[in-house]
Amino acid sequence: MGATDHTRRSLGLVETQRVVLFTQDDPLVLDSGETLAPVEVAYETYGERTAGDRNVVVVCHALTGDANAAGHHGDPERPGWWDTLIGPGKPVDTDRLFVVSSNLLGGCQGTTGPSSIDPTTGQPYGLRFPLFTVSDLVRVQRKLLAHLGIHHVLAAIGGSLGGMQVLQWALDHPDELDNGLVICATSRLSAQNIAFSAVARAAIMNDPDFADGDYYATGKGPDHGLSVARMMAHITYLSEESMRQKFGRRIQDREEPRFDLGVDFQVESYLQHQGKAFLDRFDANSYLYLTRVMDYFDPFSDLELVRERLAATKTRFLVLSFDTDWRFDTSHSRGIVRTLTAHRVQVSFRDIPSPHGHDSFLLEVPEYHRTVAAYLDRALEEVS
Amino acid sequence: MRGDLDVIASLVPAGAHVLDLGCGDGSLLEELIHRGADGLGVEISDDGVIACLQRGVPVLQDDIDKGLDDLEDDSFDIVIMSLTLQAVHHPALVLREMHRVARKSIVSFPNFAHWRLRTQLAASGRMPVSPLLPYAWYETPNIRLCSIKDFEALAHAEGFTVERRILLDEGGSPRGAVTERAANLLAAGAVYLLNR
Repeated sequence: MGATDHTRRSLGLVETQRVVLFTQDDPLVLDSGETLAPVEVAYETYGERTAGDRNVVVVCHALTGDANAAGHHGDPERPGWWDTLIGPGKPVDTDRLFVVSSNLLGGCQGTTGPSSIDPTTGQPYGLRFPLFTVSDLVRVQRKLLAHLGIHHVLAAIGGSLGGMQVLQWALDHPDELDNGLVICATSRLSAQNIAFSAVARAAIMNDPDFADGDYYATGKGPDHGLSVARMMAHITYLSEESMRQKFGRRIQDREEPRFDLGVDFQVESYLQHQGKAFLDRFDANSYLYLTRVMDYFDPFSDLELVRERLAATKTRFLVLSFDTDWRFDTSHSRGIVRTLTAHRVQVSFRDIPSPHGHDSFLLEVPEYHRTVAAYLDRALEEVS
Repeated sequence: MRGDLDVIASLVPAGAHVLDLGCGDGSLLEELIHRGADGLGVEISDDGVIACLQRGVPVLQDDIDKGLDDLEDDSFDIVIMSLTLQAVHHPALVLREMHRVARKSIVSFPNFAHWRLRTQLAASGRMPVSPLLPYAWYETPNIRLCSIKDFEALAHAEGFTVERRILLDEGGSPRGAVTERAANLLAAGAVYLLNR
């Protein structure tokens, strides 16, 4: 490893693969008891597996991510959503680590979700897709690893809903993850968090083109509702400070205000663009299901079960928050730390200063990257 | 390791669950973990936290002056604060928190009543500088200097009893026994094992 080039490089061109992990004969059994088949999963891998697979890192994405975490699909200007963090010479160093990244269950970017065809009807599931939990997301992650013949995970890493999967994984399977990196996540949404989800869902479900979720064949869809949901969510991902810096009260494309009810301020134009761009890559039903998964997430609620599982866990944790994140503010991460330390689980924690709010986990915040790099370097050292 | 750290390590039972407040680069915890303890550090500096992570020492980045809200009552067997007491803003609060989270506490600090410091101040009329207190007054992180007598009074007021006291010389190593009266004059520092 001495000759490793530590300059940060891009993975370059990468490809998404697909695999059917659950079939009618071997369906996915959900927490609810319902079954789902087939379940196809879109995934990517980066780096090389070392002997004994001691270098596997699983990346869990957040609400609207996809399998393309790093590298690009043809346009280097449009890299994967975590390309800042993952790649040769980067904190998740693909010169040394083997990285697995998949689109989560219920998503709409290659993995089975509400927009997939229900084999019993030949039509898209829509709202007939079963409700699922974060544990169910973990079931699919684990099945993909089994398919790849991987039985040992050096680290699972995720931000926001991704971090929630990492936490659930460590609880459900205390002997599988050596390390869990839980970034700007939570162990339970607050009333305010759920309220934001509720408004987003109301925007979608009250859109006249929602058609009770069966909009796929109509040639229309709840575009208005979905873009409003995205616009609002986007506000919660930024901090007051970053919005002030980025937009202030500047007027779009001119010096003087227009004084009308259209898009006038730069921040309006930006949000409108974010809302519209989202329509090209996201399905409204997926948005409903995945926000609902987060609302119900509460893995520390059963104290007895948590005691039992954490007593058995071999997972060590790195919990990170960002000081301007108000989507899941630092108290959410501290709550996770409190529960883990109370059960004598090994945990490290930092609240990283960053002006960028919840979005910080996707950005190149030097102190954040230094922390992840130091942690993973050590983790890898211990197994090699 | 620093001399007082050897003394402290010898006071920690094997297999103990240890909390180290102001753990710096994690070298004491690394040694204790190596000896079979399991531990957690609390450190405020970025570089200290990164050094801990590089050693594989679990660490929470936090300001102990704000209390230990993330740690539950009795969640450790023993809590250590080595040469840090004199650098916190609220020593009484920190001692109270130590009392809360563990049955036993270990505290080490430089003794400001050491004869050499007294003579320096008396002879030169300027703030003393020593191996354990190496900074000039205007740049020192050591803002809550106390003597052995002062510390014992505060520890007692916070509900601690002294199980052991090891006096340190100017190099931070244990020094020979002296009379109770002479300790405050002759010891450059001390390590206390406290019970509640």
